[in-house]
Amino acid sequence: MSLVRTETARTGFRLSFGGGPLPLYLGSAILLAWFVLAVLAPLVAPYDPIFQDGTARLQPPNLNHWLGTDNFGRDILSRIIWGARIDLQIALFGVVFPFLIGTALGSCAGYFGGWIDTVLMRIIDVVLAFPFLVLMMAIIVILKPGLSSFYVAMALVGWVSYARLVRAQILVIKSADFVLAATSLGYGHSRIMFRHLLPNAILGSVVFSMSDAVLVLLNGAAISYLGLGVQPPTAEWGIMIAEGQSFITSAWWITTFPGIAIVTLAMGFSLLADGLGELLGVRE
Amino acid sequence: MSETLLDETILSVRDLAVVSTGGGTTETILDRVSFDLKRGEILGLVGESGSGKSMTSRALIRLLPSNRLSVSGGQAFLNGRDILALDDKAMRAVRGGSIGMIFQNPSSHLDPVMTIGKQIAESIRFHKSVGKGEARRQAVDILRQVGIPDPERRFDAYPHEFSGGMRQRAMIAVALACDPDILIADEPTTALDVTVQAQILKLLTDLRDTRGVSIIFITHDLGVVSQVCDRVAVMYGGRIVELGGKREVIGQGRHPYTAGLVACQPAEGSPGERVRTIHGQPPRVGHMPEGCRFHPRCPKVSERCSMVSPELELAAPGHQVACHYPITQRLAEVAT
Amino acid sequence: MNARPAPLLEVNGLNVHFGGGGLIPSLRKPPLRAVNDVSLTVMPGETLGLVGESGSGKSTLGRAVLRLGELTSGEVLFDGTDMARATMGDLNRLRRETAMIFQDPYGALNPRMRVGDAIAEVLRVHNKVPADGIRARVADLLNLVGLDAGYARSRPLDLSGGQCQRIGIARALAVEPKLIVADECVAALDVSIQGQILNLLMDLRERIGMAIIFIAHDLAIVRRLCDRVAVMYLGRIVEVGPTEEVFTDPRHPYSASLLSAIPDIDPDKGLPENPLAGEPPSPIALPSGCAFHPRCPKALPQCSTGEPPLLGRDGPHRAACILPPGEVTI
Repeated sequence: MSLVRTETARTGFRLSFGGGPLPLYLGSAILLAWFVLAVLAPLVAPYDPIFQDGTARLQPPNLNHWLGTDNFGRDILSRIIWGARIDLQIALFGVVFPFLIGTALGSCAGYFGGWIDTVLMRIIDVVLAFPFLVLMMAIIVILKPGLSSFYVAMALVGWVSYARLVRAQILVIKSADFVLAATSLGYGHSRIMFRHLLPNAILGSVVFSMSDAVLVLLNGAAISYLGLGVQPPTAEWGIMIAEGQSFITSAWWITTFPGIAIVTLAMGFSLLADGLGELLGVRE
Repeated sequence: MSETLLDETILSVRDLAVVSTGGGTTETILDRVSFDLKRGEILGLVGESGSGKSMTSRALIRLLPSNRLSVSGGQAFLNGRDILALDDKAMRAVRGGSIGMIFQNPSSHLDPVMTIGKQIAESIRFHKSVGKGEARRQAVDILRQVGIPDPERRFDAYPHEFSGGMRQRAMIAVALACDPDILIADEPTTALDVTVQAQILKLLTDLRDTRGVSIIFITHDLGVVSQVCDRVAVMYGGRIVELGGKREVIGQGRHPYTAGLVACQPAEGSPGERVRTIHGQPPRVGHMPEGCRFHPRCPKVSERCSMVSPELELAAPGHQVACHYPITQRLAEVAT
Repeated sequence: MNARPAPLLEVNGLNVHFGGGGLIPSLRKPPLRAVNDVSLTVMPGETLGLVGESGSGKSTLGRAVLRLGELTSGEVLFDGTDMARATMGDLNRLRRETAMIFQDPYGALNPRMRVGDAIAEVLRVHNKVPADGIRARVADLLNLVGLDAGYARSRPLDLSGGQCQRIGIARALAVEPKLIVADECVAALDVSIQGQILNLLMDLRERIGMAIIFIAHDLAIVRRLCDRVAVMYLGRIVEVGPTEEVFTDPRHPYSASLLSAIPDIDPDKGLPENPLAGEPPSPIALPSGCAFHPRCPKALPQCSTGEPPLLGRDGPHRAACILPPGEVTI
């Protein structure tokens, strides 16, 4: 039981910094910066992201276009700023839906056990048998390429990790004395689940979701790169990289800057994950 | 009762101090702990949580459980050498060679992927430079001495194949394999059933009689101390508050805490009668009271107790107490 | 006219076995027989001690009595109703009239909940008081267990072990139980604190009059607190009777060995010269006949065959041993 105590009891919202507060602050700062940029895109971006200026094609970074222009004459900086809106959305929705579905299914499986658990574990096995990207691509192609299809595909495929994580946590906590106490006091299943089990089980998933956001982001970029996600002329970092491929030796700025944007956003999530993990005392 | 008790001091600990540093603050964990261990004697180190009894043993063999902890002062003379001043290499020879240690939970302290015999033989070969065959012979011999049946076959068994009591015997075998002068036993029977505890206690006293090993026996159980130990040191809040022969300390404890602890035992009193207690709770690290650590809970507290910390002083031959107002008569009205 | 009051709890022939199932007979693992053919009664307001070592099944029995976990066979009559075959309504009644306190004071409390809320939850779920009276009742309960009402806002981690154990007791009392099962509830506390909790239980017992099943391995505590004691070995009750009688005149060799193995604080009373040999075997592989016979210093040939001896039904002090009472001295 002390295992549960030290793991869950230390996840009160206390400031227990192990590696210092730097990851937490830095990660939050990066994410906040991108969020603000995205929200203020209409005010901050110097140009319209899809406006094509025929006279200004393939310009390297200069005073008019700080990050240069692409082969259609579109300002890279503006496309990156507006693209942040899409990519942040991808990171958010691509995590939230799997999180909710996975947590719901995983907690039921862990709590009730029996055939519910067996069936769920087998479904998870089936989903995991397929390569992640292949499965996603298949679903998106069936549903018609686009961002909403991407979200549906993520929900159908990405819930698995959350389900396993939550299920495992619930199995551990289920055997804790305070859960047995709740049963002995006559509490119903839903009360035990929502007031006693989930609040203690969910922290691992929350921290995991930050790291997951990184992967979702890269997925979204990859899917868009393959032409199955966001469709041109919408600005999104993945498409920008795809479109700039053929110019990589002559106009490196078209692919490089969106790439850097992805990396910084991903790092922001990653640092936040580390920082939250330290703060909440959760070990991966 | 050991007939082999000589008057020779084998371990002399003087002013052992351990501190915990971290986050800019330094907390005292052990405060100038001093005691002697005579050859062939069993010394009990008694206390509740936070008393520092386990920490004392870890400090002596210099295996403190965390990087924040460090020995900040004191000496420990084993056979004339200060083991606290040794370098790492020399200390490794002491551990297992001169000082053997057994712990509360044998499962955590035996390598699960190595056979018991190999673990013992490994220790023997490290400390005594003998060949494989000889090491095996000695290992089987010590297994037999600790009461493990069929030792030739059990040599090749893994820890998980042993029952709880057998594992504890195996750990004792590992600790004694190299004939150390001292055995430190940290709560060796706390996790065992009471009938198995009786076996292990008898084993330890027998080993002391036959091998002449001195034992530092760490426990919170006064009954065990009474049965097994010759002398007792009572610890509270990182300090020794009373030290002397077991009859004197337990039967006529002079420190209010000792007297209170004895009075608290459930066996002291009649059925249905309220159990005596010491109000309050043991102090936690970082919240140590000023002056005498026990003064917030002491019914005989006076102003001096909260300001000046008492030193261990001789109250009677062989009996030391750290108290400004030690109990002088038998009556102990400490527990309420 | 039956003038004797009815027992609050009556257990008859209870078995709790785990595992042992499976489709293919040759691959079936043997069941873990945690509780075997246990019968006992608890009168209202009585404190019954349940003692034993590892594998004795005392914890499993304590939980089975409260219907926490599956029962394999037997009867558990609480206030006359068989809980082994209970309807939802019966079970709810059981939950309203019984409670449990646990060994690990911190593990027994939800680490994310304030302790006042944990107690209030009981009141809410069972509609014990109207909503506006909850705060006052929580304060009452905290005072009842010797804590200041201000502690309601604390979280378990802010409190000491003894304080958490008091909270656990307060939560149990919130139900207003007729029966409390205390599972090793002082084992994790320092000796100087144990007494505080034991005294609290004695005070509450006097004030409220609930029955207590006190599961423990520390016989000295059982002797102080309990009116009667039942000694368990490998899932069976081997001896039961008034506490003082069992302690001064044990009638089963196991009880006698257990008592003599306790280290006495009096230095002049030595350790037993011949402590009981061996260890309790695993409940998966129960010895034949009397389960204690491999370790019993008084074992006779017939002890290893046939059915285990029964506890008998006559007299308050009974032992499951074929030896007559006078011959059980170790």
